[in-house]
Amino acid sequence: MSLLVKTILRFIIFIFLQVFVLDNVLLHQLVTPYLYFLFIIWLPFRTSRALLMLAAFVLGFTLDSFHHQPGFHTAACVLLAYLRPFLVSIFIPQKGGEANFESPSAKSMGGFIPYMTFVAVLTVFHHSWLFFLEAWQFGGFWYFIVKTFTSTLLSLVLILITEIIVVRKEKFLTNTV
Amino acid sequence: MRNIFLFIGRYANLLLFVLLQAVSIYLIVSYSKYHEAAFGTVANRVTGSINKKVNGVEYYFKLKTTNDSLLVANEQLYNELQKKDPTNDLVTLEKRDTVTIDSVVKYQTIQYFGAKVVANSVASQNNYVVLSGPAVKNFAPQMAVVDVNNSVVGKITEVSGNYAVVMSLLHKDSRISGRLFKTGETGTLTWDGKEPNILTLTGISKSVVVKVGDTIITSGFSTAFPAGLKIGKVSAIIKESETGNFRIMVKSDCNFYNLQYGYAIQNKEKDIIDQLINKQKTIE
Repeated sequence: MSLLVKTILRFIIFIFLQVFVLDNVLLHQLVTPYLYFLFIIWLPFRTSRALLMLAAFVLGFTLDSFHHQPGFHTAACVLLAYLRPFLVSIFIPQKGGEANFESPSAKSMGGFIPYMTFVAVLTVFHHSWLFFLEAWQFGGFWYFIVKTFTSTLLSLVLILITEIIVVRKEKFLTNTV
Repeated sequence: MRNIFLFIGRYANLLLFVLLQAVSIYLIVSYSKYHEAAFGTVANRVTGSINKKVNGVEYYFKLKTTNDSLLVANEQLYNELQKKDPTNDLVTLEKRDTVTIDSVVKYQTIQYFGAKVVANSVASQNNYVVLSGPAVKNFAPQMAVVDVNNSVVGKITEVSGNYAVVMSLLHKDSRISGRLFKTGETGTLTWDGKEPNILTLTGISKSVVVKVGDTIITSGFSTAFPAGLKIGKVSAIIKESETGNFRIMVKSDCNFYNLQYGYAIQNKEKDIIDQLINKQKTIE
């Protein structure tokens, strides 16, 4: 399967999963799990930064269209895409290790713990920006704090489960840095 | 000039980031304009048609509860019919229908249009319901929407193609005028965003006698909602210390968790009333 087809399929699956399954999970008004932004994290290392941000913009805008309130997820996804290359260079164990593998995963990031830390940091940034904007529009300080904390925890559990269930083949591309 | 290009080339990613963030924040701030914009309409049609397909599957799992609510609605209608005209029964209906219907149609000021709910949310801070069906062509923004039991769901905000987006009562900007059925006091109903199905009624003075279980109906002060539609029942009464008013928690009659059909209400006198109001405004 070519990379483009794979990416488009992932896009559709993540949006469907978010809109028709996770958005209907009603634990509490202050707990909403999000999983769809894993799409941006799974994009290949060699995706240029501009393309990464544009893909994030489209992803966020699609989700916002289903919610009938534009802007919130778009902003959060663009922030996540902007920060991803910085965090990759911080968390990757070997300098220039991006060239060895296709996309961020437990294998390419040197183990499950560094990879999950990398994902957790991105999740915190995504959620706090998202709920900060929501709190600015219709909430308060405690809405922001509580919702960011609880939703981040739940999202991370979901991401962990997804990473265990979904096996992505990560070939070792080359060892020339 | 060369320096400007060098600057743009060097900070291209940062500039793109700032630009995309600015677009997002502009969308958040002006989201009512988004509904009027062309891309908003296209997005609405696309998400509407996808929602409709998914709802086709989901609908089967909710058939039982939908049937039950239709049964309740029907029972209520039969009782109403009986109250209005005790001699009326199904056997003799044929004899007298033409006369009644003709004289009713002439004076009918409100009309109901049924549609299928294809998407609905309760988990968000701003919740919307999407309606679809052949009757949607009669819909217009600002029309009231009720469920099968004639209790308020919300107000239409946008109509495009076969789909109508309804701002449900569970929306931060939703404000409708509610009246205590027993005493006739009116107040404003809003949603605090905490719990679905629980609304807040403010503006009722502490001198009014309110009990848990009292019915709240629409006041009819707006042209969208006709008077006397059910909204909900009082579930808790809180005395505000800083004002002379109650804060009354109302459990909505409409079950937002399971919404399969809705009716939009067209007020045929709306244009005339709006014209009068506008005329008054221009005089002032």
